[in-house]
Amino acid sequence: MTQTRPAQGKSPLLAVCDVSVVFGGIIALNGVSFDMHQGQILGLIGPNGAGKTTLFNCLSRLYQPSAGDILLEGESILRRRPHRIAEIGIGRTFQNVALFANLSVLDNVRVGAHSCTNSDIISDSLRLPWVRRGEAALNKRVHEILGYLALDEVAHVTVSGLPFGTQKRVELARALAADPKILLLDEPAGGLNHEEVYALGELIRRIRDDRNVTVLLVEHHMGLVMSIADHVVALNFGRKLAEGTPAMVQSDPDVIKAYLGSKDS
Amino acid sequence: MSAVQETVTEAPAVEAVPKRAMTLGAGSSLVMLALLILVPLFVKNFIIFQLTMLLIYGLAVLALNILTGGSGQFSLGQSAFYAVGAYTSAILIEHVGMNYALTLPIAGVVCFGFGFLFGQPALRLSGVYLALATFALATAMPQLLKLGVFETWTGGVQGLVVTKPDAPFGLPMSQDMWLYYFTLVITVAIYIFSVNLLKSRSGRAFMAIRDNEIAASAMGIDVALYKTLAFGVSAGITGVAGGLGAIAVQFVAPDGYTITLAISLFLGMVVGGVGWLPGSIVGSAFIIFVPNIAEGISKGLSGAVFGVLLFLIIFLVPHGARQIAMIAQQLLGKLKKS
Repeated sequence: MTQTRPAQGKSPLLAVCDVSVVFGGIIALNGVSFDMHQGQILGLIGPNGAGKTTLFNCLSRLYQPSAGDILLEGESILRRRPHRIAEIGIGRTFQNVALFANLSVLDNVRVGAHSCTNSDIISDSLRLPWVRRGEAALNKRVHEILGYLALDEVAHVTVSGLPFGTQKRVELARALAADPKILLLDEPAGGLNHEEVYALGELIRRIRDDRNVTVLLVEHHMGLVMSIADHVVALNFGRKLAEGTPAMVQSDPDVIKAYLGSKDS
Repeated sequence: MSAVQETVTEAPAVEAVPKRAMTLGAGSSLVMLALLILVPLFVKNFIIFQLTMLLIYGLAVLALNILTGGSGQFSLGQSAFYAVGAYTSAILIEHVGMNYALTLPIAGVVCFGFGFLFGQPALRLSGVYLALATFALATAMPQLLKLGVFETWTGGVQGLVVTKPDAPFGLPMSQDMWLYYFTLVITVAIYIFSVNLLKSRSGRAFMAIRDNEIAASAMGIDVALYKTLAFGVSAGITGVAGGLGAIAVQFVAPDGYTITLAISLFLGMVVGGVGWLPGSIVGSAFIIFVPNIAEGISKGLSGAVFGVLLFLIIFLVPHGARQIAMIAQQLLGKLKKS
């Protein structure tokens, strides 16, 4: 059931080509393909166990697909080790917030820029002039991001003491610190109240517009996906059910069946 | 954006954590340094020797603190690195005839390599399992040093006697005092380097790994590399401490570097406060002086008295010297206000 979409004028930023993942005897993903284009917000939806998180983990290189390929700007990312993903411009957040709990907000965001900075332990120990210059440049950049996400006031606070909503924004700030081309967001609305989800949607859209980022949004919250995504891919049982604009996907009979169940089952 | 702004206003309710959470302020550092410079001028040679050992064990505790407090890896094998450093210095001084000061960087580099290599298999282990693997290293080390193959170099069970250096340039100073100031300079330098390291990109990578390995990897941190680097740095500093120890004690022997030493260093780290570098010297003081104090209280039951003292500390101030420092800081703050 491989569907290859015709190229939309220019080549995609990220292409997921026929990706399958098998765990033991269970097929978690079965030949899923879709393209992401520069500047899009792509929503990936599906009921529990549909394979959303599996696909997400393939993109962040925690899982190795058993078949298929994932191309960033035409180049396969599958030969890269997990820590070599950030440097090619893929940033991510985590489902239940995975911050560095004992570090300050500032340090968390600084760590986010690890992949686009350089150092070695000897220069760092001696605080050589080039290390100092690098830190100054980094601080400037980090403070810009903190300001952008209204985190200035908590810059020196240890993250474990912050409210959940703020921690989520710190995670966004950390992901943005490396200036990614693609931002992978794993269920960012989880644990937020209605008001916060709405604000988050606005924020994601604003980040896309201001910072020239393409967003892959894996989300349970249909309202959020339908309101901000340009393009939606629906998965169920490891297969792609439907793909298109939010309105198209929302009215797709297969998608409705997957979410609400059918009379036969 | 209104909701986002609202959440920001909630945040400052959390007490701001002092900026230099892993270090001391400039003022306290200078007072401490002044004390360390001045005290030896007024005490007897034996006390100066003890103060030298205080600095040396302080370095070894600091090294463990970088490994455990910094990168989150446990080690009960620090005595092995200490032994390798001590023997490297002793062999170079006695067999090669090298200047004692030059042997220390070599001891550091040798131990860095040793620690870095040991860190490779240790990557597969974490938590208590890593503690056990390092424990195995510590138990094996004294026997390895006794092996007949190395006897021409190590002196086997007998060990090696190391000549104590005189003060250079005809300085009017006893050997003990010269060695103290020599050790102090090295200790202060290594302390500053360690603080720099932990505040840098590398140090942040260590701490990120400690807090969340998967997230650290997603940020582009090579977890395996930084974990082994932390082992290397820790072993390297411990090696320098071992070399200094050999020179100060004027003797190396396998039974001086048993698991007891590793456990003492671990204890020193906990008493000083895990992850708080200035606490290392307090932890070192604890492992050097408290057993003596315990013996003073009761000769027959010194072990029990030591145990009770240790228990009291863990019970009353679980975060060790760091906690005491914070309490003192708060008290001072109150005094200033009133």
